[in-house]
Amino acid sequence: MTLTHPSVSVPRRPFARLMRGLAAIGASEPQKRVQFDRPLTPWLFLAPQLAVVVIFFYWPSVEAVLSSFYIEDPFGFGATFVGMENYSDALTNARYQATAAFTAFFCVVVTALSLGIGLLLAVKADKVIRGAGPYKTVLISVYAIAPPVAGLIGMMIFDQHIGPITELFAFFGHDLRVGVNYWDTAIAVITISVWKQIPYNFIFFLSGLQTVPVSVREAALIDARSGWRRFRDIVLPLLAPTAFFLLIINITYAMFDTFAIFDVVVKDKPANNPMTLVYKVYLDGFKGNDIGGSSAQSVILMVVVAALTVVQFRFLERRVHYG
Amino acid sequence: MATVTLSNVGKTYAGGVDAVRGVDVEIKDGEFVVLVGPSGCGKSTMLRMVAGLEDVTRGEVRIGDRVVNTLDPADRDIAMVFQNYALYPHMSVRDNMAYGLKNRRTPKDEITRRVDEAARMLELAPYLDRKPRALSGGQRQRVAMGRAIVRQPSAFLFDEPLSNLDAKLRVSMRGEIRRLQKRLATTSLYVTHDQLEAMTLADRLIVLRDGAVEQVGAPLEVYRRPASAFVAAFIGSPAMTLLDARVSDGQALVGDHVVAPAAVPAGEVTLGLRPEDLRITRDGPLPMRVDYIEELGAQRIVHGFVDGQKIAVTETGAESLPADLRLSVDPGALHLFDVKTGRRLPQTVTRPEAVPA
Ligand SMILES: Nc1ncnc2c1ncn2[C@@H]1O[C@H](COP(=O)(O)OP(=O)(O)O)[C@@H](O)[C@H]1O
Ligand SMILES: [Mg+2]
Repeated sequence: MTLTHPSVSVPRRPFARLMRGLAAIGASEPQKRVQFDRPLTPWLFLAPQLAVVVIFFYWPSVEAVLSSFYIEDPFGFGATFVGMENYSDALTNARYQATAAFTAFFCVVVTALSLGIGLLLAVKADKVIRGAGPYKTVLISVYAIAPPVAGLIGMMIFDQHIGPITELFAFFGHDLRVGVNYWDTAIAVITISVWKQIPYNFIFFLSGLQTVPVSVREAALIDARSGWRRFRDIVLPLLAPTAFFLLIINITYAMFDTFAIFDVVVKDKPANNPMTLVYKVYLDGFKGNDIGGSSAQSVILMVVVAALTVVQFRFLERRVHYG
Repeated sequence: MATVTLSNVGKTYAGGVDAVRGVDVEIKDGEFVVLVGPSGCGKSTMLRMVAGLEDVTRGEVRIGDRVVNTLDPADRDIAMVFQNYALYPHMSVRDNMAYGLKNRRTPKDEITRRVDEAARMLELAPYLDRKPRALSGGQRQRVAMGRAIVRQPSAFLFDEPLSNLDAKLRVSMRGEIRRLQKRLATTSLYVTHDQLEAMTLADRLIVLRDGAVEQVGAPLEVYRRPASAFVAAFIGSPAMTLLDARVSDGQALVGDHVVAPAAVPAGEVTLGLRPEDLRITRDGPLPMRVDYIEELGAQRIVHGFVDGQKIAVTETGAESLPADLRLSVDPGALHLFDVKTGRRLPQTVTRPEAVPA
């Protein structure tokens, strides 16, 4: 086939470039190179996956970006273009700023605690059992609980009348009022979120620990008397790739996957309760019917996550030793 | 530097395996002792008890004048070289060597001096800033040695340090270890299953079998007078031939063939013959049927049968051999072992002047 008409050849160029790009990727790993007789066959194979990504990810994203520039009529009769107004409204809003601050605080605390406790449990388990099953199963089973259910179980523990943790706080003279008092709610949500995430971190840290060769540990045993030093100088650096992976997973978890926990704990009484930015997006959009503002917030969130990921990979990953 | 003493040392693992039973050994100051034996005989267990990586079930381990049974490995003043190197993968070569010294609060310039010195000795100077994964197997093993050397410990412990290297490198590293040990004069305990490595390295050999000491002695002593049929078959390559034989009227016989005079009580014996002690002669007393020949260049090994039993002979000839040969042997080269216990029978050597009238 010869292409004579320029209007036909022009839209084909980016496609050809993409194909060349893919071929180049294949060339760098010759053992993975696959030859197709027809150039369209690979796209056919990719189509279902691409469709999922486009329909459920790119399309809503584009929609969100578009609607963030409009103010929608509360009754859905029309939309007015307002430029960056939704963004400036959100960023200057005191309530939004407070939520952002709490989200940052929440992410740091949940990530630090669930990583720290997960690692501590893994180290202890590694010492005691070096791989025995039942102990692991008990700890990991918590992870199998769906977030809303975890929230409900958590609410029982924090219940105003029968919750054991409420009683514990009462014993120390504090009247714990989850859902009413801002910081009491924060404590409850953080506790439930951490509890939910520990098993995941535990299992990854444990398998990470078990990849540290026995003879390397023994060499360290001869080189260093202090167990803490051996852990800090030998085991921890070898665990760094696992820790880096978990760090990203945990931050994402704290920012997004804790949504259901907030939903259960804060539900119907969002007035003076702490929440994350994601939950606020949902509240403003679906409860407050402010589609434009909510979209602007979610775009901001998208940018923050992208920036965070770049920072993590650029500055942290460099210091990680992959065995 | 120090002596290392094991008194009646035993080890029973949690599963009930008796890996080491009642071992008494003294390694003298500066001595190079090699622990040799087949796989699973308890060599590593014994070494690891000295290192402190394994609890001592019974008996007493001393390093210098201290009983170390309950001391932490780091407090025993020993350094160990592992089979798979056990280098810290995230540390540079320099840091690998320096780590043990840092933990002992050695002054910085002293650490630098010792590491540089070890690097020079082991020709590792160009690689000091590399990570272990960027080194070859031989270089990694040298780093592991360097890590031991810089510590200047009372004793070196080696657990099959050359087993992961290819044959050629193994020979050159063997020489290197020997040279270093002589130069540093550090008491060393070295574990190997390779009898050749054991013979070439050791001041003294300890042959271990099923967790018990079978024989202790200088390599040539063990080679020339193996204390049991087990040691006889284990030490030496090609291995000593062991034949079912009997002694009557002061003569050793294989089947109906008189081999040589033997001054032991009459009865069944196990007769040991080293391949290099046998000679192919026209009128030797032992008829041999040739099975196959291994040409090694400098010599060849002739395999065959005497009285239906397997036998091997080494010789340096190059001419082709007939299918049936005759062998002769010096009476002094006979090794006689008890059939039941496998122990060497005393007075096996019957020099002409010692033959009773
Ligand atoms: N941790 C252990 N638990 C139980 N048995 C062991 C353990 N380590 C070694 N053994 C057993 O002890 C015996 C001696 O092992 P080892 O000292 O490693 O032998 P070698 O180093 O001579 O090959 C073997 O039978 C082995 O199966
Ligand atoms: Mg071993």
